[in-house]
Amino acid sequence: MSLQEGQIIGEESLQPDLRSAQEEEMDRTSRIPIPGWLRIVWQNRKARFGLVLLGVFVFAAIFAPWLAPYDPRDNDFLPFQTPNSDHWLGTTQAGQDIFSQLIWGARASIIVGILAGALATVIGLVIGLVAGYVGGFVDETLSFFINLALVVPTLPLMVVLAAYSPVRGLTTVIIVIGITGWAWGARVKRAQMITLKERDYITASIFAGDSMPRIVFREIMPNMTSLVVAGYIGAATAAIGAEAGLAFLGVGDPLTISWGTMLQWANNSGALLTGQWAWIVPPGLCLALLITALTFINFGVDAISNPHLREE
Amino acid sequence: MIYFLRKIVFFILTLWAAATLNFIIPRIQGGDPAQAIVQRIVGSNQTVDPRQVEAIRLMLGVPDDPLPQQYVDYMGAILRGEFGISYSYMPYTVTHMIGEALPWTLVLVGITQILSFIIGTLVGTWAAWRRNGAFDSVITTASSFFGTLPFFWIAMMIVYLFAFELAWFPDGGGYSGEVTAGWNWDFIRSAAYHSILPAFCLMVVGPIGWIMGMRNTMVQTLGEDYTRLARAKGLTDRRIALTYGARNAILPNVTGFAISLGGLVGGTIFIEQIFDYPGMGQLMFDALGNRDYPLMQAIFLFITVGVLTANFLADMLYGVIDPRVRRGGES
Repeated sequence: MSLQEGQIIGEESLQPDLRSAQEEEMDRTSRIPIPGWLRIVWQNRKARFGLVLLGVFVFAAIFAPWLAPYDPRDNDFLPFQTPNSDHWLGTTQAGQDIFSQLIWGARASIIVGILAGALATVIGLVIGLVAGYVGGFVDETLSFFINLALVVPTLPLMVVLAAYSPVRGLTTVIIVIGITGWAWGARVKRAQMITLKERDYITASIFAGDSMPRIVFREIMPNMTSLVVAGYIGAATAAIGAEAGLAFLGVGDPLTISWGTMLQWANNSGALLTGQWAWIVPPGLCLALLITALTFINFGVDAISNPHLREE
Repeated sequence: MIYFLRKIVFFILTLWAAATLNFIIPRIQGGDPAQAIVQRIVGSNQTVDPRQVEAIRLMLGVPDDPLPQQYVDYMGAILRGEFGISYSYMPYTVTHMIGEALPWTLVLVGITQILSFIIGTLVGTWAAWRRNGAFDSVITTASSFFGTLPFFWIAMMIVYLFAFELAWFPDGGGYSGEVTAGWNWDFIRSAAYHSILPAFCLMVVGPIGWIMGMRNTMVQTLGEDYTRLARAKGLTDRRIALTYGARNAILPNVTGFAISLGGLVGGTIFIEQIFDYPGMGQLMFDALGNRDYPLMQAIFLFITVGVLTANFLADMLYGVIDPRVRRGGES
């Protein structure tokens, strides 16, 4: 254990930019201990905006039952209402309150983003790390699958997978998105692995007789944390878009209230024709804002590993 | 040469893998098409008579051979181009149905893809050349803004504005009901008129990837030493921008061509849904709704093979235009 820690510290000292003296000074002076990486992300103005925006959506998702004025499935109201004081965004074709659905919709997006993003990241990480580290025939084979998954059109594949699934639930959607969205991450991590495995501390680790999983996951992986985090946020962003798309096409989970299903119903009930703007614009904008928030956070995450991107 | 051989082998392997995937997906996920069809006929709440299911199964010719045998038969059928009879459009074959839908999608995707590439590359070149200028700022901001908006949502807005509010274009369909489909002028004009709005929707987001890709690589190539040398030699701006900057920056975009095609095909599925456009995406959803498994599988295979082929051609082209790739052997 102590040997490994020593190696990691040694690696950090190879990259003096990672923690500048100034930051360490700030670490010592600040009363509340904030991890260095969070500080770097927070210092980026775009990332700060993104974090705040994401916080709003996460808040809405967690406290949806208390924030929403009505039960989003309650269909006791007069259908096709335009915005009024009782129903801020009007009501659906089935007489449900649109504003309540909008708040609950944050839940579906955030859950799918967290879980499908994690699934895609884990698959991509394992395949990418193993391919890059082992090399040779294993790499050739895994690279083939990575390239295959990169070129097969994702949306038709997701639709077919979802269509054949015996159960239609949010779990199905998460799995389908996860197993179709890992390829890009795998490719990036494979490339990073190939450059990292040539470093001296890995050679030392091999000579010390460490096992391959230990070297890959304990020695090398910690050195690509920011890459993994950025990849995870990217995968989560793509997953949120994919969920909305699948739901809009009617192959999502019909029982979950999400921004995608809201738009599907709005489109199917001719909300465009009747001019129910409040039914169509907010879900689309919420999706765009959530995706923007995550994209902005990634600007800050990039700055962790690339000091040139940091803002003073 | 090794480069081309590798790409050819990869292409054949991907085709095989796609076909195998298409074979495996329905079989691992379970779900009995015959059961589903009977269920649809009798209504979702009724119990299904097993004899009816058996009858449908016989009619469809659902195989009960062991899996390896099914696989061999399946591969043989694909190689002969036999995809069986569509469940929902009986007595038409799957091939016939795809033949009807394919040209619509092919024209729509083909034209928008090529236009996106040209426009995106030009805009990206200009943005990189006048980096941090007004044009660059507007384009970069607009690209990231439209890039985050859900694509189908943009399409809905466009339909609302141009088809309902302004009524400049029809809100759906592939051609007007008053013309007969075929090679006559009225039909072509009507089809072209109906395709303007769907194509426009695809064009809103289509060039974004090219613009950003081209801009970012060209900013890099303009910073290279050979560009500095070109300046030092006193070459014209035009020559530096096009021959030194753009020409070297365009190479990665060619690889992106194929990957973006997959995305564009996805976009077309949304577009065809929203516009009720009679292409492959629409057919796929009919098949989905009707649980028409042979049709759905064949469409998936067609789309995948189409994208893989385009990818392969792009790889070949890349080898021709970039000698470094050819000599290196490793891509």
